[in-house]
Amino acid sequence: MRRIWKEAKSASRAVEDEARIRDILLRRALLVGLVCFFVLAGVVARVAWLQVTAHEHFTELAEKNSTRSEPIPPSRGLIYDRNGVLLADNTPSFQVELVPEQIKDMEATLALLTEILALDEDDIERFRKALKNGRSFDGIPLKFNLSEEDIARLAVERPRLPGVEVQARLTRIYPQAGLTAHAVGYVGRINERETEVIDNDAYAGTSHIGKTGLERFYEDRLRGKVGSRKLEVDAHGRSLRMLEELPATPGEDLHLSLDVRLQAAAEAALGDFLGAIVAIDPRNGEVLAFVSKPTFDPNLFVNGIRSKDYRALMDNPDRPLFNRASSAAYPPGSTIKPMMSLAGMENGLITPEYRMFAGPYYQLPNDDHHYRDWRKGGHGWVDLDHALAQSCDVYFYDLAYRMGIDRLHDFALKFDLGRATGIDLPNEAKGLVPSKDWKLATKKQVWFPGETVIAGIGQGYMLSTPLQLAQMTAILAQRGEAVRPHLWRDASVQPIEPIKLAQSRYWDAALGGMEHVVQAQYGTAHKYIGKTAPYRIAGKSGTAQVFTVKQNETYSARGLNKKLLDHAVFIAFAPADAPRIAVAAFVEHGSSGSGVAAPMVRKVMDAWLLGEAVDKSAVTLDAAGAGGRE
Amino acid sequence: MSVWREKMGSTIAGLRVDEGVLLRWLKLDPWLVFALLLLLGVGAVTVYSASHQNMAQMMNLGARIGMGLVLMLLMARIPPTVYQFWSPWLFVFGVLLLLAVELFGHVGKGAQRWLDLGFMRFQPSEILKLAVPMMAAWYLSMRPLPPRPLDILVALLIIAVPVVLIMLQPDLGTSILVAAAGLFVLFLAGLSWKYIAGFVVALAGLVPLLWQYVLHDYQRQRVLTLFNPEADPLGTGYHIIQSKIAIGSGGVSGKGWLNSTQSNLDFLPEGHTDFIFAVFSEEFGLVGVVLLLLLYLFIILRGLYIAVQAPTVYGRLVAGSLSLSFFVYVFVNTGMVTGLLPVVGVPLPLVSYGGTAMVTLMAGFGMLMSIHTHRPFMAVR
Repeated sequence: MRRIWKEAKSASRAVEDEARIRDILLRRALLVGLVCFFVLAGVVARVAWLQVTAHEHFTELAEKNSTRSEPIPPSRGLIYDRNGVLLADNTPSFQVELVPEQIKDMEATLALLTEILALDEDDIERFRKALKNGRSFDGIPLKFNLSEEDIARLAVERPRLPGVEVQARLTRIYPQAGLTAHAVGYVGRINERETEVIDNDAYAGTSHIGKTGLERFYEDRLRGKVGSRKLEVDAHGRSLRMLEELPATPGEDLHLSLDVRLQAAAEAALGDFLGAIVAIDPRNGEVLAFVSKPTFDPNLFVNGIRSKDYRALMDNPDRPLFNRASSAAYPPGSTIKPMMSLAGMENGLITPEYRMFAGPYYQLPNDDHHYRDWRKGGHGWVDLDHALAQSCDVYFYDLAYRMGIDRLHDFALKFDLGRATGIDLPNEAKGLVPSKDWKLATKKQVWFPGETVIAGIGQGYMLSTPLQLAQMTAILAQRGEAVRPHLWRDASVQPIEPIKLAQSRYWDAALGGMEHVVQAQYGTAHKYIGKTAPYRIAGKSGTAQVFTVKQNETYSARGLNKKLLDHAVFIAFAPADAPRIAVAAFVEHGSSGSGVAAPMVRKVMDAWLLGEAVDKSAVTLDAAGAGGRE
Repeated sequence: MSVWREKMGSTIAGLRVDEGVLLRWLKLDPWLVFALLLLLGVGAVTVYSASHQNMAQMMNLGARIGMGLVLMLLMARIPPTVYQFWSPWLFVFGVLLLLAVELFGHVGKGAQRWLDLGFMRFQPSEILKLAVPMMAAWYLSMRPLPPRPLDILVALLIIAVPVVLIMLQPDLGTSILVAAAGLFVLFLAGLSWKYIAGFVVALAGLVPLLWQYVLHDYQRQRVLTLFNPEADPLGTGYHIIQSKIAIGSGGVSGKGWLNSTQSNLDFLPEGHTDFIFAVFSEEFGLVGVVLLLLLYLFIILRGLYIAVQAPTVYGRLVAGSLSLSFFVYVFVNTGMVTGLLPVVGVPLPLVSYGGTAMVTLMAGFGMLMSIHTHRPFMAVR
């Protein structure tokens, strides 16, 4: 009985224990279940934060992960002459490019490539320079114009050359080479300084920029608009497919007013002389020829010039890179006399009929300095017509002295002397027409009357570019109603402020004098070009003293004689009654305006006026040329 | 009780009554079976996308799922008493295998985890995921409960030996899971809160020591990375950054199936294995995540319910421990992928593509069902 009770008691305790343990488990299971719920809710909260609160942030990151934008460089606009002859073209060429950020060991890569492509030190040096200035994710070209053999060899070694790519690129080429170099200019690789200035987005994918000439002036037109493509890429940087593409807008083509044939004729006319010839159509300001001699091959610069070539250009005493046509300022000499005569008449100092006795020299009151005339014996009694036709210095000494330098200055400015003509080229020199204020400001000196006297014949401080002389000629030809000169034919015509004179016979007198320079027996240029001219030419010769020209001492190498020779200048327009061309020729050390520069001008005019006539009447060039040149 | 189960069983899956009988004969729990199949389906669908639609891997996955299901069926048929009897033997066998790995193991990814049996490579630590809680439950079920200090020490020893061996491989993720499975047994056996508190304090004291002497450099790095993944975006932080990008860019509704750019474009490493939760989140968004975690919660709670209902102490402890281990799996993986926890190699259970883990889990669920369906009155019959 006791045993049974004991057993029952233990059994009931066992049941009690059992129940207690079960109870503990139940409570703990409940607790744990709650914990599980809350922990997983915490995970959901975390995910919700990532997917809702920070969704945009991570979407952006995912997008950035998986897409890459690549610029599509536009093709640069082409440049044509007025007859559609290509002056600047794009030609496809293969080049090997290195992407710096993908290359682990640049030295080893360069060494291997030197072996494969037979690179010389120049290539490497040029590359290193470009590498320093370039952007690490951009391909930097190492060698251009690869041959098929080069490409094949590179393909074989490709596995050993990560970051080395063969790219088909459009390369700028200038088919006319040196002939149009100073007008068209050239493009070159964007350098570090330019990187800081340009809008880098607009140049994305573009490696070249206009450096000089029209290439620089019309950079924005020629460049075009960069496009872009969005690519999907994987984690290894491989592009998988194109998501969207915004094509590039090609640059605008430029049609110039320049005529390559006339350009060639002008260059040929200069012969072995250094200098510049500029021809303008006075009616519309179109620049027809723009020659600066010597010239250079702009193709050398396109993909980075080799240092040997660059040194040769820089060491050349003739400075072929210097644009003499619009950036060089020379004394204009007697070519300003027609302008002077207009200034004299307008200011009431002379009339066409006014006569004065011109001796062998001119003297200021109370001064025994002799301002000599170019003709030793003097000209005797001269009127305006003779003063111009024979280029009487004394007449203009006197006129300038009576006019005073400030009136001279103000009038000359109207003819675009001493100020930029506004041609569509960079780095145009302004030249100089002195004034009392100018001298006080820059030289801190008062003006001397003697300086006015020599300014009357275009000497002394006075400086002008060949382009300014051509523009002055065009303004004369148009009787004061000319337009701004321009090389791009489609540039909007911008009239200069018209020159209104009190009487139109003043124009008749000045232009008549110019015509007699060439056409009259007594004209200085008559025997050189006037006798045979098949059309009537109005011109003016000039000589400029050499020492005023800032030339380097390198000139001494050429010998004293040549260095001492005067510069020769000649300006002219034709036909005299209905001008279609205005030309200025400036010949360094040409010594005689009429004898050397005038025949050059004549050749240019023949090429234009007779050649144009020939084109229209379909007669062979030879026949007309023979007629024109005797 | 059984009537209720029968009724629900036949309506849930749309099964007819005679098939309910079949289910009963198979000793399966229809709720769990349904939830597990759903989860496996979600896993297959996500792996298909995350493996870049690799059919060879899908075949492999299918084979594993098949193997897991067969194992689950077998395990469910075996009565819990058999498990109870074999627990010590399985445990000893497992520990011996771990020692074998230590001696002749195959080195993969810098860790010694695999035993090459010639016909297949085998990860013995998987066995311990089941054997440790079984052994602990076997021991404690023979002792008076709540456990006394000596019993607690013995139980801790049972847990510690395999855990240390696994840690030596080194496999931090699995050792944590195994330790957790063993400790859950102790906890459910009624380990007093006093001891639990002491335990936590001791563990907190141990952490610096663990940090200094036990953890490997790469493990320390992973923990550090957790706090500042951006410090080393291309190194150890890469996984977490890319995984967060994947999840975050998914948004509320997700990018849609097969549209995970992070995975498709290879930005997310291990997208079909440990980091599959990121791919899932990217493709199915917050909505998918909530549904998936609800499914997990359901399975865990069902497991705990089975534990509470179990007729024997052994069954209760094992069932509860397996359910909670499953929870730890889910939490450690999702916590790691969302950047809440350091990166440890724990797959998302039944969803990640991978190794023997899935097979072990299915075996565990088979055991769970066996515990639930083999009732004393049934056994008597």
